Amino acid sequence: MSDILSLDRVSYSYPGGRPVLRDVSLSVAAGRSIGLVGQSGSGKSTILKLLLGLMRPQTGNVLFDGARLDLSDQQMMRTYRRSVQAVFQDPYASLDPRQKVQAIVSEPLRALGVGGDRRFMVVAALRSVGLDADILDRFPAAFSGGQRQRIAIARAIVAGPRVVLADEAVSALDLTTKVRVVDLFRDLARETTLLFVSHDLGVVASLCDEIVILDGGRIVEAGPTRAILAAPAHAYTQQLLASVPRLPDFVSGAPSP
Amino acid sequence: MSLLTVHNLSIVARGRRLVDSVSFKLDAGERLGIIGESGSGKSLTASAIIGLLPAGLGATGSVRLDGHEIIGATERELTALRGAVAATVFQEPLTALDPLMRVGRQIGEVVERTERRAGRPHGKSDIRQAVSGLMDEVSLPEPERIAGAFPHELSGGQRQRVAIAMALACRPKLLIADEPTTALDVTTQKEMLALLARLVAERGMTLLFISHDLPVVAGIVERVVVMRAGAVVEEGPVRRVFATPVHPYTRELLAAAERFDRALGAA
Repeated sequence: MSDILSLDRVSYSYPGGRPVLRDVSLSVAAGRSIGLVGQSGSGKSTILKLLLGLMRPQTGNVLFDGARLDLSDQQMMRTYRRSVQAVFQDPYASLDPRQKVQAIVSEPLRALGVGGDRRFMVVAALRSVGLDADILDRFPAAFSGGQRQRIAIARAIVAGPRVVLADEAVSALDLTTKVRVVDLFRDLARETTLLFVSHDLGVVASLCDEIVILDGGRIVEAGPTRAILAAPAHAYTQQLLASVPRLPDFVSGAPSP
Repeated sequence: MSLLTVHNLSIVARGRRLVDSVSFKLDAGERLGIIGESGSGKSLTASAIIGLLPAGLGATGSVRLDGHEIIGATERELTALRGAVAATVFQEPLTALDPLMRVGRQIGEVVERTERRAGRPHGKSDIRQAVSGLMDEVSLPEPERIAGAFPHELSGGQRQRVAIAMALACRPKLLIADEPTTALDVTTQKEMLALLARLVAERGMTLLFISHDLPVVAGIVERVVVMRAGAVVEEGPVRRVFATPVHPYTRELLAAAERFDRALGAA
């Protein structure tokens, strides 16, 4: 299996600050869904920024299809942008309020110069996130947080990326909405590669087949989600798992409505 | 004897009904949770209980707190009740803390006000001692250093402990906790929930705990009110509501929470 994106022994410090990442190696292999879990200050957002090509590591490399990601190589960056798309946490901040849904979702198609029937592609992307074509001429203000996040996901998938990077993409959503958007990500993960960054262990456990646990800028444990949750080896993973509030055992196990 | 009785509480803003005919009771010493998602009206209900509704919102109905009617009370009457009867801990402790004042002094001011009201002596050394006792009670380490720190120099968890110490300094009968752990990391949240549970038990306080997080609520209260879009949809003991939810919305919430809980495997 080939790695689409990877970090090879990456360290990073913000100017004048302590290192936020220390010797991190991480592979995003084609077809996998990987959850990157950590608390605030663990370095998970920094990893995402490096993978998105927004910053360069001080040591180590970000690799794209096995080659060092070179932000000045225009041809490489064009392929990269076509291949890698992102969904962010805040559905209220990530959509331009002055643009209609049609323009928002088709933005990657324009930026990448994708030819063909763009309106058709936009409608197809909206359909796959459970939205109808009749919203094309509406503005983001007309939508709830969950619907906005669907629009953001439609924008991420419209150009057919190979990898979707999601940064706390369901954290701002209400519980009942969160379940539906996680389902959507799960459908998405069947067709593409997903790196899902989150502080929420329960969400990652229900979505990702691999998990990477980050603490203080280091990867402390990584592997198949089920195996790690069943028998966490590292003390930090154990502490994290033991801290998650659990439902009492008298909850009925009622089927979903 | 109920410490708090909310009867037909409605809150209206510019013609929109944000809270609609909410009623519930809270007995002295009881721990009640209000569960709801955004827009449920849970935080507005809590604000109305202490007479702190944002400007432009009008409340009708009745909120009786320790025998006093809150709806329609004057600011003077409310000031006498706040703190002495009910104190609140909010989601973001920075909203409750003065960024320019050392935290020891902030706690000290609440202690002094409480003692003055009660007509008890409150010399400088009494206050210092009380502040140190409160910091110890909320398990703040190195009380000397933390007392001399400004809020921004503390971690989120430490700030929330300071906010809890300030609430305790009022010696309230009712502690209202409005999403008190939502902004915290999960390991800090666990410590904070244990702290709140211990303090409520030790001081015999009544607790109103407001949260969107079902496992968190289930771990700390005995009875829950489930709110949706401004109205109460279900109410009862945690065990009954969580084991055999009646309202479809409560079932949907529980099914969602269970989905993520089950994914974590056996507890």
